[in-house]
Amino acid sequence: MNALAARRRHPAAIAILLMLGLLVTGFAYAAVAPQPAQAESSTAQDVTAGKQLFLANCASCHGVNAEGRVTGNGDKIAGPALAGVGAAAVDFQMGTGRMPLREPGIQAERGDVQFSQKEIDQVAAYIASLAPGPAVPSEEDVDPTKGDPGAGGELFRVNCAMCHNAAGAGGALTRGKYAPSLMGVEPKHIFEAMDTGPQSMPVFNDNNIEPKDKRDIIAFLTAIDEAPQQGGHALGSLGPVTEGWFAWFFGLGLLVAAAVWLGQKSA
Amino acid sequence: MSTEIFPAGRPADRLRDGDRPEPQQPSNAARKVGGVAGWIDDRTGAAKGVNYLLRKVFPDHWSFMLGEIAMYSLIICLLSGALLTLWFVPSAGHIVYDGSYVPLRGQGMSEAYASTLDISFDIRGGLLVRQIHHWAALMFIVGLTVHMFRVFFTGAFRKPREINWVIGTVLALLAIIEGFAGYSLPDDLLSGTGLRAMEGFVQTAPVIGSYLAYGIFGGPFPGEAIIPRLFSAHVLLIPALLVGLFTAHIVLVAVQKHTQFPGPGRTNDNVVGYRVMPVYAAKAGGFFFIVFGIIAAISALVTINPIWAYGPYDPSPVTAGSQPDWYMGFADGALRLLPGWLEFHILGFTLSLNIALGALVLLPLVYTVLGVYPFVEKWVTGDTREHHLLDRPRNNPTRTGIGMAGIVAYSVFMFAAGNDIMAIKLGLSINDITWFLRIGLFVLPPLAFWVTKRICLSLQRRDRDLALHARESGRIIRGADGSFHERHDALTERERWILVQHEPVAPLELMPSVDENGVARPATRKERLRAKLSHFYFKDAVNPVTPAELAAAHHDGHRAEAIEAAQTPFDYEGVEGSHEGHRGDGHGADTDAGLESDVDARGVGSSSPIRE
Repeated sequence: MNALAARRRHPAAIAILLMLGLLVTGFAYAAVAPQPAQAESSTAQDVTAGKQLFLANCASCHGVNAEGRVTGNGDKIAGPALAGVGAAAVDFQMGTGRMPLREPGIQAERGDVQFSQKEIDQVAAYIASLAPGPAVPSEEDVDPTKGDPGAGGELFRVNCAMCHNAAGAGGALTRGKYAPSLMGVEPKHIFEAMDTGPQSMPVFNDNNIEPKDKRDIIAFLTAIDEAPQQGGHALGSLGPVTEGWFAWFFGLGLLVAAAVWLGQKSA
Repeated sequence: MSTEIFPAGRPADRLRDGDRPEPQQPSNAARKVGGVAGWIDDRTGAAKGVNYLLRKVFPDHWSFMLGEIAMYSLIICLLSGALLTLWFVPSAGHIVYDGSYVPLRGQGMSEAYASTLDISFDIRGGLLVRQIHHWAALMFIVGLTVHMFRVFFTGAFRKPREINWVIGTVLALLAIIEGFAGYSLPDDLLSGTGLRAMEGFVQTAPVIGSYLAYGIFGGPFPGEAIIPRLFSAHVLLIPALLVGLFTAHIVLVAVQKHTQFPGPGRTNDNVVGYRVMPVYAAKAGGFFFIVFGIIAAISALVTINPIWAYGPYDPSPVTAGSQPDWYMGFADGALRLLPGWLEFHILGFTLSLNIALGALVLLPLVYTVLGVYPFVEKWVTGDTREHHLLDRPRNNPTRTGIGMAGIVAYSVFMFAAGNDIMAIKLGLSINDITWFLRIGLFVLPPLAFWVTKRICLSLQRRDRDLALHARESGRIIRGADGSFHERHDALTERERWILVQHEPVAPLELMPSVDENGVARPATRKERLRAKLSHFYFKDAVNPVTPAELAAAHHDGHRAEAIEAAQTPFDYEGVEGSHEGHRGDGHGADTDAGLESDVDARGVGSSSPIRE
């Protein structure tokens, strides 16, 4: 009989077992518990790690303290100051692959995401620590199943369709800028774009469009993204220009081919 | 025709070897049909007319079917449109949608829009019929446009067909108005935006604009009246005009006979082709089903005007990519090209030339220019004869150049309407595209004219060369005297005829300013203008090979070049300086009679291939 077995009736044993049970449960819960998505919950460690990432990948344009840098060429800037843009802006820009910028151009284009979500969160934590700004929305805020697509559609047409097209297919802006297509964009990023107004986009803050309405818009976009192509190939949902183009090239092409074939028959 | 029957085997039968056999009695079915036909004929006297129509000869060429594409697309529009009226509710009455398209459920909208959604989602086959209707409408206007190209470039609008050209132009104009009315009916965001724009266009008419807009819309925009009004225009008024004019168009084709491309045996006084019964009717009827099939296939596979994607009309939103259908694109494009500083404020009134020029002036201008062209060309050429043989486009380089310049100018306007789509799809700046097109509007049409004309002249020279020297075979032959020459493969007469059949032309010259008695005869301003335009048309004409040139080239291949060089380009028999009188001579009188003798296709090739 070993020492442990000999002391199992010790008066402290029950207390120790209780403590052990609590510890195991606690750690197990901590391991599987849903992590709060809010950037506020970031730790000082995240901020430090985020700053390291920022210095290595972003500072060349945005400045070592995120104060922004000018190019020295007129009033052109290499990168804007980032204090106050908030974690949402970082999550949007890095999460859609727009940042780090691949090349200078009219507009940052969507690209491959260069960082893991953890790294993006760390950089977001660092930027959020500089000054208060819009936070990354919660899962519930962007859940399309909780929104009303009908109401969202109306809001979308009033607020968004003039640039992004009624079908979310995107549209042109001045001097080579454009409003990108919204098809296949993550709900979180749609919310963040409205909240932070990236590039030419205006900011639709919670006073312009309430979070619930933003979720309706997300529900609408998800609905039209997932809807079947009822009428056949949608030709990019770009409206009458592509339809006219199709009529001239394919419609007329086929009909003239048929006419030529029939014309040959007489010979 | 003999009906007597002789017993067989008599020697005298041999005498009847050449007799025509007894005609077969018509079958029972044929007799029945004949009975019905006779019954109708006894009561209507239709047999003569039907016989005339069924025996008509139509020439055969694929490009003559372009008009058929338009005709059949129009018929498809009428058929599918009749189906759509069974469900479409032409009303701006407000209702809340509860149909099967989820993203719009619970939204307030007009009955017109809701019924269009129902046609698309809740009525079996409704979306296909809608798409057939819309694709057929686009193809109708594409078809009539390319048909106009064919008629223009081959000179088929010349006497006696000017009226039909004008009717066709009016048809084209009505077609785009009809299309716009249809595009505006579903009351979705796109069509409402179009109507809103149209209201603005009407308002830019000086002085009367606001009254006119009020009259059309029955009050301020958006009102309740416009959809029912557009509906009656779209399904009743304009279709009636279209069908009526279209019938006149076809009747005139039948009365004037169809034009034909030049070829052996084809003259100004005959038509070579197939009779309506049975060949042409079978081909044309078959082509209807081909056109219907292709349009139905496109409609089944490719979305057009997804009204559900645009949402119900509401005056506050507008969508990126708001364009009219392609045939209205040129007017929209003109608005995008016109600079904003053309808006003037005079004595408290606004004159919006930045809008009015594109929206109110351009559209009638385009169709007026189209309509008057035959008369302008006729005045310049002074040609009053009838033409039933088509020009090959190269044989009238100036007209072909003018046509291409017109197409390019129209295209610049049309492409301008898609400047935003081009910008996002090609990664260009919308501002750069707009400036390119603004400058292009002035630069590209003259360039197109020049390039086209040069190409035509070069083709004509090549035709001359081919007619004179035939094809170089690449075989070098050594003569008995030790000389070398290359053997040229002869053209067939048929091939050569195509190259030499057209008429030589020369610019009109002004009469001498002093006549033979020394009396001054100054040219009027009109004459001078005409001479100038005639020079513009014909000064660098390349004329066809004359029989003399051909004979010389045949006699002695080596000296042909010398002969050509010695001759002035316009030195042709029958084309003297003032050939007005010559052109006016009485071809017109005998054409009709001549045309009646329709030539069957088998009769081709009896004419001499070389013009005398």
